[in-house]
Amino acid sequence: MYKIKKENLTALYAAIAAENDLFLPIKAAGQTNFGLWTENAEVDIDTLKTVKSGKDIFFPQSETLYKVRREEGKFAIDGEAPRQTPFVVFGIRGCDVRALAVLDKVFLSDPIDSYYAARRQMGTIVSLACGKPATSCFCKVFGVDCAEPEGDVVTWLVGDTLYWKAKTKKGEQLTEKMTSLLEKADEAAVEAEQAAIRAIVEKLPYSKLSLDKWGAAAADANFDSPIWEQMYKPCLACGTCTFVCPTCQCYDIKDYSTGNGVQRYRCWDSCMYSDFTMMAHGNNRTSQMQRFRQRFMHKLAYFPANNQGMFSCVGCGRCVDKCPSHLNIVKVIKAFEKEGV
Amino acid sequence: MPVTENWKPKIVAFCCNWCSYAGADLAGSSRLAYPADVKIIKVPCSCRVNPMFILRAFEKGADGVILCGCHPGDCHYSTGNYYARRRMTLLFSMLDYLGVEEGRTRVEWVSAAEGVKFSETMNSFVEKVRALGPNVRLGDLRCKN
Amino acid sequence: MQELINKAKTLLESGEVARVLGWKKGEYEYDPEPAFFETSESLKDFVYNGFCGANLSKYMIEAGKKEGKTLVFLKPCDSYSYNQLLREHRVDREKAYIVGVGCKGKLAVSKIPFEGILNISGAEYPDAAETLTVETLYGTETIAYKDAMLERCHVCKGKEHVVYDELIGESADTVDADRFAEVERIEAMSPEEKFAFFQSELSKCIRCNACRNVCPACSCRKCVFDSTAFDSEQKANTTSFEEKMFHIIRAFHVAGRCTDCGECSRVCPQGIPLHLFNRKFIKDINALYGEYQAGSDLESKAPLTNFTTEDAEPGVGRG
Repeated sequence: MYKIKKENLTALYAAIAAENDLFLPIKAAGQTNFGLWTENAEVDIDTLKTVKSGKDIFFPQSETLYKVRREEGKFAIDGEAPRQTPFVVFGIRGCDVRALAVLDKVFLSDPIDSYYAARRQMGTIVSLACGKPATSCFCKVFGVDCAEPEGDVVTWLVGDTLYWKAKTKKGEQLTEKMTSLLEKADEAAVEAEQAAIRAIVEKLPYSKLSLDKWGAAAADANFDSPIWEQMYKPCLACGTCTFVCPTCQCYDIKDYSTGNGVQRYRCWDSCMYSDFTMMAHGNNRTSQMQRFRQRFMHKLAYFPANNQGMFSCVGCGRCVDKCPSHLNIVKVIKAFEKEGV
Repeated sequence: MPVTENWKPKIVAFCCNWCSYAGADLAGSSRLAYPADVKIIKVPCSCRVNPMFILRAFEKGADGVILCGCHPGDCHYSTGNYYARRRMTLLFSMLDYLGVEEGRTRVEWVSAAEGVKFSETMNSFVEKVRALGPNVRLGDLRCKN
Repeated sequence: MQELINKAKTLLESGEVARVLGWKKGEYEYDPEPAFFETSESLKDFVYNGFCGANLSKYMIEAGKKEGKTLVFLKPCDSYSYNQLLREHRVDREKAYIVGVGCKGKLAVSKIPFEGILNISGAEYPDAAETLTVETLYGTETIAYKDAMLERCHVCKGKEHVVYDELIGESADTVDADRFAEVERIEAMSPEEKFAFFQSELSKCIRCNACRNVCPACSCRKCVFDSTAFDSEQKANTTSFEEKMFHIIRAFHVAGRCTDCGECSRVCPQGIPLHLFNRKFIKDINALYGEYQAGSDLESKAPLTNFTTEDAEPGVGRG
């Protein structure tokens, strides 16, 4: 266990950034999102939830796959190489780190997504425990311990001191390079902090949500429930919930005409959109009720059915905070809990 | 894109079928010179031009966009250019508001008899855009290479 | 609030309306959701308080496709949106029973700067408190009602409903700012500053389309940005150009029809002040073509479907 004074963090960022791209929460135009560290960036590790999750760093909202150019009457194709340089993600919270395990299930199972795999391999994760969990948090329900997040290095911000503990080999390597900036510390302060965090988590209103009605069996059991029809109506069919979600992983692949060539890119897609998974024959889901149902069924029933019971929600609560109509996964879970099926 | 002395701006000129396109034709047949970098797109009426056309032109690499139509009162469809005038007034004002350099957009009324005006307008517009340099504030980088 | 529920019950039970469009109690005071109520029994969950900012007028497009009348509660500013939809023939007045509800300014949780908010009291209607008491996981805090109000309420259009069958409840005067002050502040900037300002705001855009989907003026059946027929369909933000294109075109498409209801800014998950686009158009329209308030009446000609022979030339007033 090591520690560093909060006021010295800029030196730590600079040291990390000397050899790696460093992604961390940056406040710009009033909102905090993960971004690339620069000397002028306003780092904000106090904000509990970045608007977008850390998913962006491993699975960008939009990335070019290859470019086709016209060259002397022929077509030339430039592939986009997977990432080859190391990077560090700093200050990512426990829920977002767990979300990567969900994404791994999707992108690292056959056929392996080489772009994602390269980023996972090159990235070192320095997670940050949540000193002040919010009302909308329910990571405990999915087995995430925000007092002891996963990651290559785990950190705790206690008062004006950041505690630092390497958890994996990657984490130890990073720690070794930072030893000149870090001081040895004992565990006492962190243990006290953890106890305090866990006590708050116990008091969180959503910590006791029951997932009894969910899991693989729910795929059939909940599909035809009248609850969907009752609940979906306020949904605006916007993509806010899916785009702020750390685990939503659906994407679309599109071509962009540059005038003298084509760029093929992939970008996040949202099951809330009317043209989601549009195919030649039309669309699988033709009503907003079906789209609304899809999102929650995917997270709480289909995903566990295909992944040994693992839910694809980590309880970060971003959709709870951001839905313009105040619809969210908690309301869905509670509706099923209350009314049965 | 490096600005060299020989840099030539790409200009898109939307011209209405009835007046301005004929004006451009007259400029041509009268052998009046205007820069070859002006690409004319013929539209049935100036009011056919939707704000998205203008933005699209910039997106795909234009450095300046000009809209030419019949003089107010002379529209082939009576009133089309009046609507175009309001739309472009608001759009240009919005572009100024967003910090896109003024001078990259323009509206000019050119009749079928005004070959000289057409060529003068194009010459002065190209000069103005040339002085501003390449458009970087309102274009898609993917179209630049 | 009880008065609203009683009204809804009476009309539902008499069969005059088939459903009620209002707001439903959420988990807390601060997360009510728009909802349809079809039985008097279900009205037990009805709520109307300071957090009922959602403009229900756009839901009336869908409600109009159903059998029977819908009772809808509209705040004064929502009634402008409804009126605008009416003149665009998107809603059917015959199928609406409009109760104009009083409004004392609506609140945004995002403007309450405390962590771990559990509950908020003081937002009740009709008796809202001057100060909100915010109970959090980390202690109790207070904030002035005004300080938690949505931007749009500081520049409120007024307490009058422009369309209604019946009025219930009083409204409060909440104006304490100039509607165009922010637009003027930007207009006074240099092109570089303007560009930097909008670049930093728009670069936050995640293209979730919440602004478009909530907008009562955005009622096209198929949006050009969803159409697969053009490459204007851009699902995610790939370049900074697309965000500009989207927001300029969206603002332009609602220019002269936007009532300035402020829903776009309310719902933006990234807190982009989207109303600054619409208000710029409104300001220009007022200055160039005469004062115009979309949705205020059903007869006047909208500025972009109208002209005079003496209109200003494009680019007038430029440097």
